[in-house]
Amino acid sequence: MMFKRLTGALIGATLALPAVVSTASAYELVIPSLDYRTGPYAPNGIPFANGYHDYLMMLNERDGGIEGVKVKLVQCETAYNTKQGVECYEKTKDTPPSRALVYQPLSTGITYQIIPKASVDKIPVHSMGYGRTSAANGKVFEWIFNFPATYWDQAAVLVKYIGEKEGGMDKLKGKKIALVYHNSAYGKEPIRTLEKAAEKFGFELMLLAVDHPGQEQKATWLQIRRERPDWVLMWGWGVMNQVAIKEASSIRYPMDHFIGVWWSGSENDVLPAGDGAHGYLSGAFHAPGDNFPAHDDIKKHVYDKGKAQGERDRIGEVLYNRGLIAAVYASEAIRNAMKIHKTKEITPAMMRDGIESLDLTEARLKELGLPGFTIPVKITCANHAGPRKVALQQWDAKAKKWSFVTDYYDTMNDIVDPLIQEDSAQYAKENNIKPRDC
Amino acid sequence: MGGEVIFFLEIVISGVMAGVMYALVALGFVLIFKASGIFNFAQGVMCLFAALALYDFMAPGGWVDRWFGFTFPVWMAIVLTIGVMVVVAWLIERLVLQHLVKQEPIILFMATLGLAYVLEGVGDILFGSDVKPLDIGIPQGASDWALDNYGIYVEKLELVAAITGAVLVTILGIFFHRTRIGRALRAVADDHQAALSVGISLRTIWVIVWSVSGIVALVAGIMWGSKSGVQFSLSLIALKALPVLILGGFTSVPGAIVGGLIIGVGEKLAEVYLGPFVGGAIENWFAYMLALVFLLFRPQGLFGERIIERV
Repeated sequence: MMFKRLTGALIGATLALPAVVSTASAYELVIPSLDYRTGPYAPNGIPFANGYHDYLMMLNERDGGIEGVKVKLVQCETAYNTKQGVECYEKTKDTPPSRALVYQPLSTGITYQIIPKASVDKIPVHSMGYGRTSAANGKVFEWIFNFPATYWDQAAVLVKYIGEKEGGMDKLKGKKIALVYHNSAYGKEPIRTLEKAAEKFGFELMLLAVDHPGQEQKATWLQIRRERPDWVLMWGWGVMNQVAIKEASSIRYPMDHFIGVWWSGSENDVLPAGDGAHGYLSGAFHAPGDNFPAHDDIKKHVYDKGKAQGERDRIGEVLYNRGLIAAVYASEAIRNAMKIHKTKEITPAMMRDGIESLDLTEARLKELGLPGFTIPVKITCANHAGPRKVALQQWDAKAKKWSFVTDYYDTMNDIVDPLIQEDSAQYAKENNIKPRDC
Repeated sequence: MGGEVIFFLEIVISGVMAGVMYALVALGFVLIFKASGIFNFAQGVMCLFAALALYDFMAPGGWVDRWFGFTFPVWMAIVLTIGVMVVVAWLIERLVLQHLVKQEPIILFMATLGLAYVLEGVGDILFGSDVKPLDIGIPQGASDWALDNYGIYVEKLELVAAITGAVLVTILGIFFHRTRIGRALRAVADDHQAALSVGISLRTIWVIVWSVSGIVALVAGIMWGSKSGVQFSLSLIALKALPVLILGGFTSVPGAIVGGLIIGVGEKLAEVYLGPFVGGAIENWFAYMLALVFLLFRPQGLFGERIIERV
């Protein structure tokens, strides 16, 4: 009996030891990762989650974390399901020791649901290039960020690009532009901007909704075949993108007049269409490819040590790099928060300050091993969307790679800014928020 | 022909083709329901699983290639995948069905619900979640002949699917009506107890019918996988088969085809001509509405058997 008790106590003490050591020896920076590695949208969720994971693991392995403090990545599976995403948020938000420092849920639906919760819980949310566009107004959305650009900026830039290709914005008059969109909060985001642009430049806007998941779109593309719009824009996600690109190729729509949002511009979207996808365009805010020193560090410190979650030959894919840059923003904001508050044990509120004064310069990107990878970002109290610049990339089906075909365009402030002001003011009114004075 | 007439024809043709694609999925449901009275919720996942297995047998980078350093030619990959589906059918019978022989239909339905998640999970672990571009040599893209000569857009892949569907229905018809096993399957479908009493093995029949259903799932998986790449959203095509089943009846092979055609054409016409008035994206729910309207008049579906029970 005594022997059993002693053995039990010994085993108990041994099992408890790592937890005690971990708590006593080091503060950890909790970053929840709301992944979707299952379900119909997994092909897109996986590379993003891998890029996010690998960069933060690389910091842990190479530098012992951020400024010597380890990152504790808490992964939670959402399956791109809003309800599950909210459950993940509730489950992870109070994870000790730091509580969740930032959420980057990679879903507009989940973002919309956690905006009010995070604002009450005082946890920053960074919906990087997705989510609620008017969160760009930091005076109203104190805890929500959506840099480096919003859907509305992207819609404006795509119109700008079309104008340039047509020989000037005045040449847009009488043209027909179709928007094929995912019939969800995400897909509907650019409609207001495009309607305003249509009013201003005199082009006709044709709206074509595609229901989840978008496996069957024949009726949509037959309408495009009949109406023959001069340009087609797409706000799609998952299988919708692959089917749309294939259908466009089938009806012989010119692929260099078909432009996807940056969530419709990954290798997954174009590869199933084979050569038919050649020339397809999409928005972008970071480079594709794995030819950056940061990628070499990931290979050395994560893949060579067997700590990766993905496959080595998929490093540098568009969505991998997107996860990577999301992790870069988070880690740089943490560094900034530590500097501002002169402590390494930062809290979500400190993290918010870190994001709100983030100044990621070209020089800093170079130090991080990402020279020219993306545009510099400077966030302020009033501007949570940052530079709001967008470039275009094009798919080369023979080389099987994306390449930038434009510089970064500025948004059209005269169209987008009033919309942001109007929508954020409405949100403030509905939620009794007194806009900050900044 | 005028532009509007051509456009109308294109919609009808694409609806017919899409209908055949739905019917290919619906056929798998019908086979199992016909022989065992089980509504197999896992049929969509079986399509996915079969397509995943096929891809990995034949494609560079699949697990056969990674583990053994070679890939199989398409025809052999198809034969091997049929083998996989037979093994899956046998496992389903051994591990699930034989333990639920005398249970209520709802219990069997719930079991297939669980089976769907298990198969999806196993598929994920074995084959990964990436989008896999499936190319077994089926021609794709617009038919140049139809487009250049008549200005009509017809998708070659869907044309192949339609021909395949017709061949499949013919083969199934012969199998059910002209073979001993087919007759045994029909006997089991009519009355389990009577079939058992004349020496028909229920377990063997179930393995056979789930295997045949697995082969039908492979055909559907190939067609849908060639269209959009093999990916996990393929399992959702089961949702497209449901209105087809409601309309065509759960026990009729021709019903699945006719139901598929009505749903395919109906939803396409609705999307194009009614969609603009209600904001578009109506084809998914319109298919169900169409099926429900039929249900009001013929609860057993167009070709389903009328259920008359003595009370």
